[in-house]
Amino acid sequence: MLRSRIRLTAALAVAALVLAACGGRDDNSGGSSSAASPSEIKVFAAASLTAAFTKLGEDYSAANGGTKVTFNFAGSQALATQIQQAAPADVFASADITNMDKVKDLVNTPQNFASNLLAIVVEKGNPKDVKGLEDLAKPDLKVVLAAEEVPAGKYAKQILDEAGVSVTPVSQEDNVKAVVTKVSLGEADAGIVYVTDVSAGGNKIEGVDIPEEQNVVATYPIATVKASKAPDKAQAFMDLVLSAEGQQVLKEYGFLPPPTT
Amino acid sequence: MTTTARRRRAATSRAGAPVGFVLLAALAVGFLAIPLIGLLGRTPWGTLGAELATPRVLLALRLSLICSLGAVAVSVLLGVPLAFLLARVAFPGRNIVRALTTLPMVLPPVVGGVALLLAFGRRGLVGQWLDRAFGITLPFTTAGAILAEAFVAMPFLVITVEAGLRAMDRRFEDAAATLGAGRWLTFRRVTLPLIAPSLGAGIALCWARALGEFGATITFAGNLPGVTQTMPLAVYIALETDLEAAIALSLVLLVISLALLIALRDRWFPTA
Repeated sequence: MLRSRIRLTAALAVAALVLAACGGRDDNSGGSSSAASPSEIKVFAAASLTAAFTKLGEDYSAANGGTKVTFNFAGSQALATQIQQAAPADVFASADITNMDKVKDLVNTPQNFASNLLAIVVEKGNPKDVKGLEDLAKPDLKVVLAAEEVPAGKYAKQILDEAGVSVTPVSQEDNVKAVVTKVSLGEADAGIVYVTDVSAGGNKIEGVDIPEEQNVVATYPIATVKASKAPDKAQAFMDLVLSAEGQQVLKEYGFLPPPTT
Repeated sequence: MTTTARRRRAATSRAGAPVGFVLLAALAVGFLAIPLIGLLGRTPWGTLGAELATPRVLLALRLSLICSLGAVAVSVLLGVPLAFLLARVAFPGRNIVRALTTLPMVLPPVVGGVALLLAFGRRGLVGQWLDRAFGITLPFTTAGAILAEAFVAMPFLVITVEAGLRAMDRRFEDAAATLGAGRWLTFRRVTLPLIAPSLGAGIALCWARALGEFGATITFAGNLPGVTQTMPLAVYIALETDLEAAIALSLVLLVISLALLIALRDRWFPTA
């Protein structure tokens, strides 16, 4: 009797253990059960595009008889891996060329649709008085960067390397939005993110500009995915992003036009 | 022990299971085992040694051991007294306390991480005081990673030890008390040896859960190699760029977990 009770407890504990182990990060894997149906497309987009693409998704649905757009926002490197593993994506919008190149066999010809600059993000009021990149090297400053695998992290490293500033981050976050979160929670004093993340980041943060000669231009390519079950609708979404209307929306969210090459 | 054995024999000698059960059970086994086979199938055996010997992997492995054992230490120190109170003292609100202490078992770990930030973060309820009074900040530190793991893993120890305390024969404690032993001496010399198996199982479960912790750690402690990037975080980050490294790391975690389960098997699933 008593023994069976222990065993029951143990069994419950094991069950909970297994459940808990399965619980981590299922936000990225959603939708694997349903392939793209005609009335829905799945857009995999860089985390920095969250606000602008959400708006574009609403515009798209309104103009296309309610066709639903489901977004998967994450670090571009994570999205590229998911597409390589045959995740059901119809459109992929990356925050850099590198991750688009990683899936070049799986997507149709990509087109650049926007560019972005980077900025230093600090808490509202800039309590640590961060004036520029050099200040990020101060030992009493907690700096959070995106991991080097993440486009924003790669750009940040490039900027810091070229400026000759050596920064020891306290954390390398998995996507650029997590950097903003850590600063707005007050856990970190500063981070390097996209200019657009600062404007979309709410009222607890503000930006410190990185001068043009120290900055890098992040180029955003978009492509339809070859395995898409709704290629026409995917193309229509891509067309919307590239249209004058789409470019206007991106501009409202602080994105710059794609580099003209 | 003998009654258990008898009961077990009676159970296995009963007539066969319904036919449908065999099929469904086979499906269940396949469902649980095939992903693991998939992992083994894609393991880069030839380069496995090289993959595992990279500094990043060794750092993560070492950190995982430090953090998970630290979490176990915290859990034992705080969890055993808690289990004792829950099992022995009928204080008001005991059921509420029990529910609260087991909540992290069912709470999504990410939510736990957010809650930890709001409590122990630099602006958190307790954290801002820690920062002001002692200059201690927990996020982005190894101590923070230990805290996150302990938060998620301690309930496993508490419920297992509590069950052991409830199941043990208290007459030994009464006898010790009659012979003049104080409460602490009784606990140390009588209770503790009697619940040793439960404590052992609790520690193992707690350790396994701490070792696998991901959500609370990355949310609360962040991700920095050598400081807060434990094995599961390293797997997650590696997965996005280097699938082979991710698989190699996963394999290590799989082997450790399996070894733990086999070590525990005799306790929960006696074969004799």
